[in-house]
Amino acid sequence: MSLSSSLGHGLQATLAALRESCSGLSDRRFETVDLTTWIGHTEGVDDVVLPDALRHFNCRNNRLAWLALQQDGLMEKFVAARARHGAGRIGVFLGTSTSGILETEQAFRRRDDNGNLPPDFNYRETHNTYSIADFVRHALQLEGPAVVVSTACSSSAKVFGNAQRMIAAGFIDAAIVGGVDSLCLTTLYGFHSLQLLSAEPCKPYDASRNGLSIGEAAAFILLERADTHAAKNDDVLLLGVGESADAHHMSAPHPEGLGARIAMRTALQRADLQASDIDYINLHGTATPSNDAAEAQAVAAEFGMGTPCSSTKGATGHTLGAAGGAEAIISSLCLKHGLIPGGLNVDQLDPALQVNYQLTNSDAPVRHILSNSFGFGGTNCSLVLGRRGEH
Amino acid sequence: MAQEDMQTRNTVYLLGIGAAGPGFADWPTLAAILREEQPWSRAATQIPALQVLPAAERRRIGVVVKLALAVGLEAARHADRDPAQIASVFSASNAEGENCHALCDALSGEDRFISPTRFHNSVHNASSGYWSIATGCMAPSTSLCAFDASFAAGFLEAATQVASSGEDCLLVVHDSAYPHPLGTVRPLLDNMAIALVLSAHPAANAMARLDISLSADVPSSAAPSGLAALQGGTPSGRAMPLLHAVALGLETSLDLEYLAPLSLHIGVGPCR
Repeated sequence: MSLSSSLGHGLQATLAALRESCSGLSDRRFETVDLTTWIGHTEGVDDVVLPDALRHFNCRNNRLAWLALQQDGLMEKFVAARARHGAGRIGVFLGTSTSGILETEQAFRRRDDNGNLPPDFNYRETHNTYSIADFVRHALQLEGPAVVVSTACSSSAKVFGNAQRMIAAGFIDAAIVGGVDSLCLTTLYGFHSLQLLSAEPCKPYDASRNGLSIGEAAAFILLERADTHAAKNDDVLLLGVGESADAHHMSAPHPEGLGARIAMRTALQRADLQASDIDYINLHGTATPSNDAAEAQAVAAEFGMGTPCSSTKGATGHTLGAAGGAEAIISSLCLKHGLIPGGLNVDQLDPALQVNYQLTNSDAPVRHILSNSFGFGGTNCSLVLGRRGEH
Repeated sequence: MAQEDMQTRNTVYLLGIGAAGPGFADWPTLAAILREEQPWSRAATQIPALQVLPAAERRRIGVVVKLALAVGLEAARHADRDPAQIASVFSASNAEGENCHALCDALSGEDRFISPTRFHNSVHNASSGYWSIATGCMAPSTSLCAFDASFAAGFLEAATQVASSGEDCLLVVHDSAYPHPLGTVRPLLDNMAIALVLSAHPAANAMARLDISLSADVPSSAAPSGLAALQGGTPSGRAMPLLHAVALGLETSLDLEYLAPLSLHIGVGPCR
């Protein structure tokens, strides 16, 4: 697995940033955006030159994906998996919300007098939501099933369920899962229009939280059958996936977090674990007033006030369709290294949020982690991850 | 190895169908066209009047969400299933085309005010979200994209959901045509949507048994051949060979367009 985000490139940089409680958020400008806001900008994306064979995929989202593929020997590991399983037996299941739409936003400024887009604009390989899976499938010369899940901010958590089902059904033996989302005007101005974008660094679970900070990330994980893969003791296991719908509102969570409760409970059931078995909850924690209030109610109802929890979005920003994958990787690092990360940017915890929110890092054995991802449209997904040594 | 690859097979039962697109407003009409009982005429897709969702919400949703809800409800009714109780898979090459155009147009100017409703309606999973709000269904619902392979990819996901949960699953595949200029670089025939209810069990009302595997065969062409424009002009239209076999009650096998070099091979047979 590997992760590129505003915290840096690769697992080592990510872990170091978590250990040092560093945030990747900054008030730097992005493109022509004239909003007062903080962003989780990933360094180096503009400098990427894709190989000739992949040049038609060139857009910010795929360049960011390419950067992550170069970290931690990921390309080599994926190529080795292809040799092990066969190109047709590895699936590609990735999440994104806006794909390469920045290309289209910029191309619209370059329309000619008849309103035509410029001839160098390539819709299919950049704007289309499938682009990121197509890109990875081509980059690795894979010939198996592939799909993009685009359920807003739960996208790259839900892909773990797709991969698990396809493996269980016997269509594949392994899968590349994760998600990629990159900065664009649609989400910055869009969240601003909903008054959900903070003018400061986002403050998850703070009493004065006033919105999210948008980040960008590319997260990739190789998922293989636990029974056939050459097992190592430090492997991270996917133990349970829980999904639900709120059936409430397009852009506001169920006020009591009912859908979130169903997702968390289902993930625990699938993992055959009790709430008390979870050592840390990586919260969705976007820092919008309504998300954190609804999520805290749901967590308190399912877990009580004891289970340590935090949101890592104060460090990464909200990476939207990449958040589920990015936070699964952060959770895996916490499992491997016995780290419970404190949430950043909190001046005063919101006393109305009755959960055991962690403000500082602590070292402790971590056996099981639950990670939450919720999105527009009332889509919810919870993952339970664990260490092989515990099973 | 290749031989072994092709032999993984899953079976699901088809319980109901919903359809709306150019020249047909429901599944019985499309079935009659597929049986060549009536000719297909390429009349513009009629947007259905919905009875679900509060009036204020109904006014805010786009054309393709209306189509998706209508075919989903038709398929659930046809399958005799409660839409509030069924998991769902939505799949599309893109969300509402008009809405995407309006956002990109607004963001290309100096005044970048965009409407919050336009923004939350722009998400790929708008149809899935409105479906759960309209039906009150809290079961898992997902939203997929595989460009022109969006039907086969959605079908495969719905079938593996049925296999893993043992519960029924609704599949809705929908297309939304873009206005110019995106419509010029990504032309689609028209707005269209196809819905299927799949089950693990051969219920009394099941229409067909579907045996699914991956193949390296060339995708089947449309029959009747007059529907080639429908099949080639929309991602949901890639379902035509399957819908044709079901409409005629054929016992056959066919290949749907998926991701080269793969096709989705479906054996269509009687339920008992």
